[in-house]
Amino acid sequence: MATVIIPTPLRKFTNSTTRIPILATTISAAIRELTDNFPDLKKHLIDSDGKMAAFINIFVDNEDIRYLDLEKTELKDDTVISIVPAIAGG
Amino acid sequence: MHQFIQFSKEELTRYNRHIIIPEFGLAAQQKLKAARVLVIGSGGLGSPLLLYLAAAGVGTLGLVDYDHVEDSNLHRQVLFGVDAIGLSKVDAAKERLLNLNPHININVYETQLTAKNALTLLKDYDVIADGTDNFPTRYLINDACVILGKTNVYASIFQFEGQVTVFNYLNSQGERGPNYRDLFSMPPPPGLVPSCAEGGVLGVLPGIIGSMQALEVIKVITGVGEILNGRLFSFDALTFESRTFNLKRNPSNPLNGANPTITELIDYEEFCGVKVVEQKIKEITARDLYDWQVRGEDFQLIDVRELIEYEEVNIGAQLVPLSGILDYADSISREKKVVIHCKMGGRSAKAIRQLEDRWGFQNLYNLKGGIVAYISEVQMPLGSR
Repeated sequence: MATVIIPTPLRKFTNSTTRIPILATTISAAIRELTDNFPDLKKHLIDSDGKMAAFINIFVDNEDIRYLDLEKTELKDDTVISIVPAIAGG
Repeated sequence: MHQFIQFSKEELTRYNRHIIIPEFGLAAQQKLKAARVLVIGSGGLGSPLLLYLAAAGVGTLGLVDYDHVEDSNLHRQVLFGVDAIGLSKVDAAKERLLNLNPHININVYETQLTAKNALTLLKDYDVIADGTDNFPTRYLINDACVILGKTNVYASIFQFEGQVTVFNYLNSQGERGPNYRDLFSMPPPPGLVPSCAEGGVLGVLPGIIGSMQALEVIKVITGVGEILNGRLFSFDALTFESRTFNLKRNPSNPLNGANPTITELIDYEEFCGVKVVEQKIKEITARDLYDWQVRGEDFQLIDVRELIEYEEVNIGAQLVPLSGILDYADSISREKKVVIHCKMGGRSAKAIRQLEDRWGFQNLYNLKGGIVAYISEVQMPLGSR
């Protein structure tokens, strides 16, 4: 199973879980699986048009999915998916 | 130029531990002394950043901040002590930094960075370090750096999360690296991501991240090591895990992609959806409202608070909570005067702004001071009559 690393600002929506194993084999299915299990995550990942939000980035093994196959990017058992949110504190 | 930089005996003593590193040496120290670095924000990130850049011997440090030191800053802003509380940050910082290193020049700008002054402030500096605390200013700094061709050493923090990267870096092959808009083409909607003032931050985190930012500034200036160009470093203070993600230029970047649409600085508060109300909203005082009521004037009164607040106390208005006000527009009169109120006047001002902007209303009045003012001045809420 692939693993999603939840960034600290979003952990309040995942019962403080840091790493979430995912059955899905594509990014779009993984996001669906995540938001089905943790509905409060949805507005932080999906914009009002139902697309992946522009204010977060999803990396598959340190590569931006925008330069892979976007939502269709395939996941392997050892894939690590990172969600990188926009933060602005200083 | 840097090879002509001279050091006094005192400076050579001060920077000895730099100069004796074989990969660093006198040449890197000369580059530091020749460099001009503008640090924007002297808060959590700015504190370690400024301390280390001053200590390292960056010849000219510029500092932009309009804030004053508060007690609640001191758990993370280690640049300041108790004696600086109430002072302007730039003045307190300058004194502290010159005490640390009298061999450098410090220029302070006690002002808010805006689209009007950004290009002028940034243009005379070699490297910009963004230690600000909000999205509009981060996009502003990014865009100004891209327009001016400056390197932007970026760091941001929130609660337990830290990010560092170097934006808009020109490498030795003349290739320009990614910038903030390549990473985040749009800011999050206002309110979705709280600020540190709202959401908190662990005090030591900006110490860690701001020090890394200082490291990258020094590497950019000296050319020593591999710059964090095209890579985003992300640190999780809770698990102590870090990852470094690869960033690329996005062809659809509106600043410097294939078809640029932004060629000058824009309105960043509007871009980030946090535009402050500029046009004045019409107001009515509690006393005048009461006079209207006594005279039997024909007007409509709307309360935009929540039901629970309304049930506690009200002045006989129609209840339309702020979130539903636009949907209620058809039931709001355009002929007679309409007074909108909330508890203190903030939410009702938002309601009026929304109705004016969306539906062009011109007959709306905000109750100044809200129901609180009404009760204290007129003392006749229906709930207690």
